[in-house]
Amino acid sequence: MLDRLDRIEKDAARALIAAKDEAALQGWKTKFLGRSSELGEIFDGLRELPKEERRAVGKRVNEVKTSLESAHQARLQELHHDSMMQSLREERLDVTLPGRPIPRGRIHPANQTLRQILAIWADMGFQVYRSRDVETDEYNFGLLNMPPHHPARDMWDTFFTNEPGIVLRTHTSPGQIHVMRERAPEPVRVVLPGMCYRYEQITARAEIQFNQVEGLAVGRAITLADLKGTLINFARRFFGQGVRTRFRADHFPFTEPSAEMDIECFVCSGQGCSICKHTGWLEILGCGMVHPTVLANGGYDPEKYSGFAFGMGPERITMLKHRIEDIRHFWANDLRFLEQF
Amino acid sequence: MRVPFSWLQDFVKIDISIEEIARRLTMAGLEVEEVQYVGLPLPSGKTEGRAGGHSGPETKTTGLAWEPDKIVVGSILEVMSHPNADRLVLCRLDDGEQEHTLVTGAPNLFPFKDKGALSHPLKVAYAREGARIFDGHSTGQELTTLKRAEIRGVESYSMACSEKELGISDDHEGVILLDEDAPTGTPLVDYMGDAVFDIAVKPNTARVASILGVARELAALTGAKLKEPSYNVTSKGSPIETLVEIEIQEPELNPRFVLGYIEGIATGPSPYWMQRRLTLAGMRPINCIVDATNYVMLEIGEPLHAFDYDALASRTEGAKPKIITRLPESGESLTTLDGEQRQLDDFTVLVCDTAGPLSIAGVIGGAETEVGEQTKRVLLEGAAWDFINIRRTLSAQRIDSEASYRFSRGVHPAMADRAVRRALELMRSLTGGTVAQGLIDAYPLPPKDPVVEITPEDVQRWLGIDLKPKEMAEILRRLQFEVETKGNTVHARTPDHRLDIGEGNVGKADLMEEIARQYGYDRIPETLITDELPPLYGNPDLVLEERVRDLLVSLGLQEVITYRLTSIQREARHLPPASPRDDKPYVHLANPITSDRVVMRHSLLASVLEIVERNAHVRDRIALFEIGPVFLGSEEGALPDEVLKLVIALTGPRALPTWQDTDEGRMDFFDLKGILVELLKDLHLENIRFEPHEHPSFHPGKCARVMIADKHVGYLGEIHPLVRENYDLPETPLMAADMNLQTILAGVPERYDLAQVPTFPPVLEDLAIVVEEELRAQEVEDQIRSAGGSMLVDVRLFDLYRGDQIGAGKKSLAYALTYQAPDRTLTDEEVAKVRGRIIKHLEKKLKSKLRS
Ligand SMILES: [Zn+2]
Repeated sequence: MLDRLDRIEKDAARALIAAKDEAALQGWKTKFLGRSSELGEIFDGLRELPKEERRAVGKRVNEVKTSLESAHQARLQELHHDSMMQSLREERLDVTLPGRPIPRGRIHPANQTLRQILAIWADMGFQVYRSRDVETDEYNFGLLNMPPHHPARDMWDTFFTNEPGIVLRTHTSPGQIHVMRERAPEPVRVVLPGMCYRYEQITARAEIQFNQVEGLAVGRAITLADLKGTLINFARRFFGQGVRTRFRADHFPFTEPSAEMDIECFVCSGQGCSICKHTGWLEILGCGMVHPTVLANGGYDPEKYSGFAFGMGPERITMLKHRIEDIRHFWANDLRFLEQF
Repeated sequence: MRVPFSWLQDFVKIDISIEEIARRLTMAGLEVEEVQYVGLPLPSGKTEGRAGGHSGPETKTTGLAWEPDKIVVGSILEVMSHPNADRLVLCRLDDGEQEHTLVTGAPNLFPFKDKGALSHPLKVAYAREGARIFDGHSTGQELTTLKRAEIRGVESYSMACSEKELGISDDHEGVILLDEDAPTGTPLVDYMGDAVFDIAVKPNTARVASILGVARELAALTGAKLKEPSYNVTSKGSPIETLVEIEIQEPELNPRFVLGYIEGIATGPSPYWMQRRLTLAGMRPINCIVDATNYVMLEIGEPLHAFDYDALASRTEGAKPKIITRLPESGESLTTLDGEQRQLDDFTVLVCDTAGPLSIAGVIGGAETEVGEQTKRVLLEGAAWDFINIRRTLSAQRIDSEASYRFSRGVHPAMADRAVRRALELMRSLTGGTVAQGLIDAYPLPPKDPVVEITPEDVQRWLGIDLKPKEMAEILRRLQFEVETKGNTVHARTPDHRLDIGEGNVGKADLMEEIARQYGYDRIPETLITDELPPLYGNPDLVLEERVRDLLVSLGLQEVITYRLTSIQREARHLPPASPRDDKPYVHLANPITSDRVVMRHSLLASVLEIVERNAHVRDRIALFEIGPVFLGSEEGALPDEVLKLVIALTGPRALPTWQDTDEGRMDFFDLKGILVELLKDLHLENIRFEPHEHPSFHPGKCARVMIADKHVGYLGEIHPLVRENYDLPETPLMAADMNLQTILAGVPERYDLAQVPTFPPVLEDLAIVVEEELRAQEVEDQIRSAGGSMLVDVRLFDLYRGDQIGAGKKSLAYALTYQAPDRTLTDEEVAKVRGRIIKHLEKKLKSKLRS
């Protein structure tokens, strides 16, 4: 009898391997584990066996049954897995087909740069202050230390309006006077972004309207050294920690001393190229200590207060960063340009 | 301004390289835009030892180095006819080593042809075989190497050079004829090799608009000694008082007037050294008298004017001329030396004699008394003018000249007599004339040279550096301030060549700039502000504006930024032809630069439609927005209202094209409305209504105005076909919204309450009703909500049907209703009760029927 059980076990194992699908497996189960299977017969006949033989055979029957059941279970899982793999194989995609395009929007590149600049200044405690595009001659020039016919006015090609004494602002500096008059004698730390205008032929290098960001700090103990340190910090944040800067003397009527901050040309690493006009340096911003006349016009006593101011052009910086050759792209708004940012 | 290195060296001897000079000048605010080498060797690539380790070139470098062994001073001994060509000559030339034969077509050698051996050999710039020079026949500067060739049967291997070939100027008319004393055989670079600094002169640095001015700066920056030019004149003529007198009528406008006199002159060409310096400095040589005045102007910065004395004398019929400076009499005019008859303004200062105007003071001379070839006697004017008045004159007369360039930036009156002396002596030495003794010098209003007091505390407070009074004094002395130190205070008197130092506070700031420049900006430490932090102010407008930008971008719209300048015609395109314009005045430019940018815009919609038009040929699907101001003139004030607007434009297919078949149709009114609703919801605005409206820009049946709590905030709709036809656009529907963002943002609540997240399940139910076609969906929804009460938390239209099943003139609207209570699960009975109420209410109010 035990031999018979051994044979059943062997036969079942062999037949299980041959069961290639779930139906065959069901047939196998009926054949080897079903009521009318040989194993079932032996089980049913156990009672008729002599007592001493019954124990040994009974134990063996159970063993074989358990072993067949677990083999069945394993085989069933194996078949499930195989058929799942089969259907997954059939669902295979060509993953190199193009993705589905999603319509998406973007901020205009000039505003993207503007935001980056303003975010850095915000971290340094400079809040945004905005003022109007159409200004009085007095705010645009007079209060900024440029009385009528002052030679420094030549530095700005101005759009005048038919209304006497009204101009399109040539810089955001009128905002300096507005904010000082609003806040004096509190200390001031602001950035002044906005659209400015210049009477100039539109060419690849020059536009009649452009954004500017100015900064202004006024307080009781602000020095040229503070200006330098603050601007170098800005340059490191904006252009990278390793950026090299230089300050050279320059002239603006509303600051004194005045300076230009250059950064080493990142296109040629300072070796000289057409972008940096073969100097190795890029002009990034103009700056200086607020002129005493301007401080006084803003309501601050120049004997007690001092301050610094600076100004830069987001479009120009964007152009340098991305090697844009033609400034006219900004207001032309060709989607093929805008969608690259 | 162009500054030849050799000329600078007349006044300051410095032992640093040309590049280093350029760098120091640039750092000190005299930006050297280019160094042009004219003979001297160009720097070989990099220089070392820079602060910050920058190894680049620092300054743009151009030009030509003259090889010492290839380009030398040559001596033409004889000029002979060419055997086979009339337009060429042969020259016998000594280069210091041997004789050569040259072939040339230089017209300025023809006068010497076939005159035999020349008693005064002609000194030329001789280039030997293999010399690298610029090609004389190219338009730009192209390097070429001199090669052996045969020209009309005569072998040629070397040449006498033109200025163009040596990079001195563009002149290729003839060969350079050097001064007679040029030493034959000497390398040309040793004889006259040079370099030119091209310096950008800023409005505050008029004092450096001269060679001497730059030399002063350089001496101060390097510590080298400055050697002023000599202002001595050898004068052996009669006393000048016997020849001319002067009257100044407006001392405020003409604080000084100096006259000098020379006679017995000849107006031949200047010697080559002077011509070359003028050329390198950017001026054209004319004759030795005019050249001498220009030379002195370039050298020390004071423009001079030369009168033909005989022309003056003939105007007064032999009487002693009297020069009068005054404002014009009414109706006076003057023909200036450019041939123009000029009308004069009442502020134009004139230099006159008793017979009438001679010149416009400081700006341009008159034709009648101009120095010409026949001039034998010269009256030389050096004067000081109010520079603001000169500027007014320049803009009124539309003139620009080297003289007015300087006068309009301010020239110190102290320069006037120095310049006259220097020029008289130059004229005397060039022409052998006789100078009258003395000068006529009317100086009614000498300027007060400011004395400024500064202390180390001032320097610390402004610059953040510690300097001792001694160090401050030393810096200012180098700049020729007269300095006296009393205790801690430095008293500095401004030198009499500059007008840019103010008094009091302003003077202090002016000196701070001078100290910082001389101390070196690169030596100023880098610190951060230690001053107290200012109070912080909220910036709600900006925060909201940026939120709107981000939201619209997240909804798939591309931001654009357009010109705020336009023209009225251009802008009118956003309305159908012949529509009335809005009644607000425009801000008009007084000096537009192009005819299509003449006013500040009234309509942002017009700006954005132009961008749609521009992109229509490259994109089917366009979804744009712009946030920006429009400028509405106001009657009462002079400044316009600057109103912040938002415009959205949508056109084309809803989805982008793909390789899969998924046509999602074209964008329509409801895509745009969806975006607006999303935007307004995001801003937590309530009581938003879209009302049917007519606006000329929009399709009359597809236009709504947007109301927020009874405030009109803008329009949206499909652009009217007549408007679309004003642009180069395809015939596909184009949607646009034109919103007053300022009004919208003003209504945004500072805070808002959240609805509770429900804990009890909702009951969902559909309701379909049939109503008259004319009835608006908004009305139906309003009625459902009003009847539903607080238990009805959401009403969503999910189907709109018109057709046979319900009959003509009717439509069926199907709504998904959501019922919910915050504190319990609603029972079927409760919901049925509300539903019954809604149906009854609709039947009564809207005559609707339930659709089964
Ligand atoms: Zn570069």
